[in-house]
Amino acid sequence: MSQLVFLESQEGKIKSTSLEAVAFAHAMGGQVTAIAMGSVSTTELEAVGKYGDIKILHANDSKFDKPTVAVCSNAIEQAMRAEKADVLILSNSSFVALLGASVAVKLKANIALNVVELPKTSPSFKVKQSVFSGKAYVWVEMKSEKKVISIKKNAVELKESGGKVTLVAFNPTLKEKDFNIKVISGTKATGEISLSDASIIVSGGRGMKGAENWGILEELAKSLNAATGCSKPVSDLGWRPHHEHVGQTGIKVAPQLYIAVGISGAIQHIAGVNASKCIVVINSDPEAPFFKVADFGVVGDAFDIVPKLTAAIKNMK
Amino acid sequence: MKILVCISHVPDTTSKIKFVDENTKFDTTGVQFIIGPYDDYALARAVELKESIGSTTITVINVGLKETEPVIRKALAIGADDAIRINSAPINSYFVASKIAEQAKDFDLIMMGRESIDYNGGVVHSMVAEILGFPIVSPVMKLDIEGSVVKMTREIDGGQEIVEAQLPLVVGCQEPIAEWKIPNMRGIMSARTKPLKVVEVNSDDDFMESLKYELPPTKGAVQLISPDNISELVSKLRNEAKVL
Repeated sequence: MSQLVFLESQEGKIKSTSLEAVAFAHAMGGQVTAIAMGSVSTTELEAVGKYGDIKILHANDSKFDKPTVAVCSNAIEQAMRAEKADVLILSNSSFVALLGASVAVKLKANIALNVVELPKTSPSFKVKQSVFSGKAYVWVEMKSEKKVISIKKNAVELKESGGKVTLVAFNPTLKEKDFNIKVISGTKATGEISLSDASIIVSGGRGMKGAENWGILEELAKSLNAATGCSKPVSDLGWRPHHEHVGQTGIKVAPQLYIAVGISGAIQHIAGVNASKCIVVINSDPEAPFFKVADFGVVGDAFDIVPKLTAAIKNMK
Repeated sequence: MKILVCISHVPDTTSKIKFVDENTKFDTTGVQFIIGPYDDYALARAVELKESIGSTTITVINVGLKETEPVIRKALAIGADDAIRINSAPINSYFVASKIAEQAKDFDLIMMGRESIDYNGGVVHSMVAEILGFPIVSPVMKLDIEGSVVKMTREIDGGQEIVEAQLPLVVGCQEPIAEWKIPNMRGIMSARTKPLKVVEVNSDDDFMESLKYELPPTKGAVQLISPDNISELVSKLRNEAKVL
């Protein structure tokens, strides 16, 4: 079997979720090829080899720095055909899901999203998907010749074995109409760690009592090199920006460590975080439902506990 | 302008998910079904566009069996003009997308949620766009139309981008594109008589097969730590959970 991985990049950096996709492709066995679009440095691309030998097709042109779905999916389709790849492996982001869908239509391929572990390939090709917003899983059989799989975070253990990277220049054939979306401007909170990439997340809920109290959570996040998130009521109230909303209708996350402060744990919030490796809940209400799914809990006043936790972490370092 | 809003029929977000028949079927007992929350945002924005642009019609479409009609009627009550129901279970994302695309050719703007909340694929809109050869933008948080140019704000990792595209276009929506609308009494009354066309299809395209469902493993009991001993929490996170 041979796999093709799409390396999603942002501002010239390959996203860590794409590296997980590379590790997943290697763990499936067989030959692994990757495709990268736009200005990505050779050093960045060389680092992709840490999970094993890999050939990288690089469409190195700045016009691909903010690619449209049509541009990427045409490039991927051409790479799949040229490399005779059987399975396209994608990381989990809303943009990459759009690519997967488009490529699946072009290749008449079955597509499975939110895959949580390595496929079973014998006697038939089966994958386990997370469904119902993290509340359940389903095993599906993929019968098409070509397949598209997007993986959820933590779907595979990252084993760095070291390998050789073969860089190959790649010039996909594209049409003017593939550049059908124009990016006018962008705003990105600089220096912030994005929720989908973060290995630690500190989230606050209504128990924080107001936007002005977020300082202590930001301090804690800083000490852990963590991203900050929030519950739906908090983003609805405008205390925090919408892109920080974690939950069933917000961002679904799967960090190593999720620290929930002043969040009671509604079923919709838990659905968005239950794939986390370890959950810590800090809440003044010992009956808060979040404690039922937590690994560690502290019952008490967040305004007392959070600064103590920050201090203890700084002490540890 | 002709707007098509695609709606999914999904369990309410508060639903407990259970399975029957040796975990091969979703147990719908006691489950309340709703318009997909993201689709509901798409519908709400479509109704606002209709109010502001004029000479605009909204059609809602759903791929589902007869049981989805109450949800379709609700969409009509919120403000859609007519509806199409493709009479088949939504077998897989490609099936749904191809059946929507067959009906969508004459529309200018095709709107739906960024993803459904049952299978969370987030792929149907992109498939529809691919089949029709239209551009796709998702997830869209703001959408305005000026002539044939659609100005949108889309979410990217940790930020936002302002993008422009031409009609015809497919968009996947999310909050805060519009506030959910609650149907009023007049809407509910008029929804009863609005046209709902049922389209029969072959549903033989089922090569992607769901085999067995599983529930997430239950967590062990929480380890409670005293607020006066926070350093213990840090050492447990480091040595026991190994996440620091």
